[in-house]
Amino acid sequence: MKPSTAYSQYHPKWHRTRVSTLWWSRKWSYLKFMLRELSSVFVAFYVVILLLQLHALGRGPEAYLEFQLWLQNPLLVVLNGIGFLFVLFHAVTWFNLTPKAMAVRLRGRRLPNVLVAAPNYAVWLAVSALIVFLLMRQG
Amino acid sequence: MAETITIEVARYRPEQEAEPTLQSYEVPFNKDWVVLDALNYIKDHVDGSLSFRWSCRMGVCGSCGMTVNGEPKLTCATFLSHYHPGPIRVEPLRNFPVVRDLVIEMTDFMEKLQSVKPWIVREDDPAPAEGEFLQTPEQLDKYKQFSMCINCMICYAACPVYGLDPQFVGPAAIALAQRYNLDSRDQGKQERMDVLSQHEGIWGCTFVGECTEVCPKNVDPAGAIQQYKLAATQEWFKSFLMPWSKP
Repeated sequence: MKPSTAYSQYHPKWHRTRVSTLWWSRKWSYLKFMLRELSSVFVAFYVVILLLQLHALGRGPEAYLEFQLWLQNPLLVVLNGIGFLFVLFHAVTWFNLTPKAMAVRLRGRRLPNVLVAAPNYAVWLAVSALIVFLLMRQG
Repeated sequence: MAETITIEVARYRPEQEAEPTLQSYEVPFNKDWVVLDALNYIKDHVDGSLSFRWSCRMGVCGSCGMTVNGEPKLTCATFLSHYHPGPIRVEPLRNFPVVRDLVIEMTDFMEKLQSVKPWIVREDDPAPAEGEFLQTPEQLDKYKQFSMCINCMICYAACPVYGLDPQFVGPAAIALAQRYNLDSRDQGKQERMDVLSQHEGIWGCTFVGECTEVCPKNVDPAGAIQQYKLAATQEWFKSFLMPWSKP
């Protein structure tokens, strides 16, 4: 312990409050933070699924079909659904973080946060629309 | 009789108790009183043994930060009427050791603040006789927001990362580092980056964002940290792709 933080005759005994185990339940912003941490479990799960999918693809059309049938298991659908919601949550967090990380200036003035975040959402929408279009055409 | 409001104050007297306890006081309910006024009323008229820090009572000195009904606040800017009819619970700032009653130990913050060199660093260090450094209003505008920090430590009390890992340099120190990095007169960016690119520096932050929410001066420490992360990442890529370039 450094001398400046040591207990001494002239330094009264400090009280240190322990952080409670449920500190994150006190506030929505803290809970959001913990949910983001928890989301890593579901994202990791999705990564495993993706690797299995690639593996099945490599083993030929029959194996892939079998894999697709396995994916229809209700438990897997629910887990994937939760994973998807968490990934959406991450995307929104990142998009809203952009104006904080980049102070964009135009003619000496800082652009409002909305204008910096909006292009993210626009590109997101465009890419999603393109994917939906490709899927519809195929189906 | 005039209306009163109950203030529950956390008391901790190390010579007589091992744990903080709550003590209730009745104070006059004046609409234009802030929590600090109520504490001063208690100290002057009811119980002179109550200890707390304060100085300017106008949101400039940053001394009177406390936890009011669970939220970190500058007590000089927190009105009683906001909590009417009460009671109002006043506790010391979270995440710091308590010395006595509402007084916290801030050495840790002071050391962290110093570690990021929150002053203008010059390589050439010209003598004052050589004249002043000039700065345009546009250049001032780049860092002005971060310069509003009054070191009140309210962001540290709101930051769960600091609460769980006291090694974390913390919001205000990083915001002030960024304030000097963005200053056109400063040349100390690299020295600060060496301190802040550590895990306990910017990477400890997980973007809870509560520091920005609670800041009484609208400094936006969370923004400063994200800007810093971006700069550190860019620098890393640059040094990775062009190892011969000078940082």
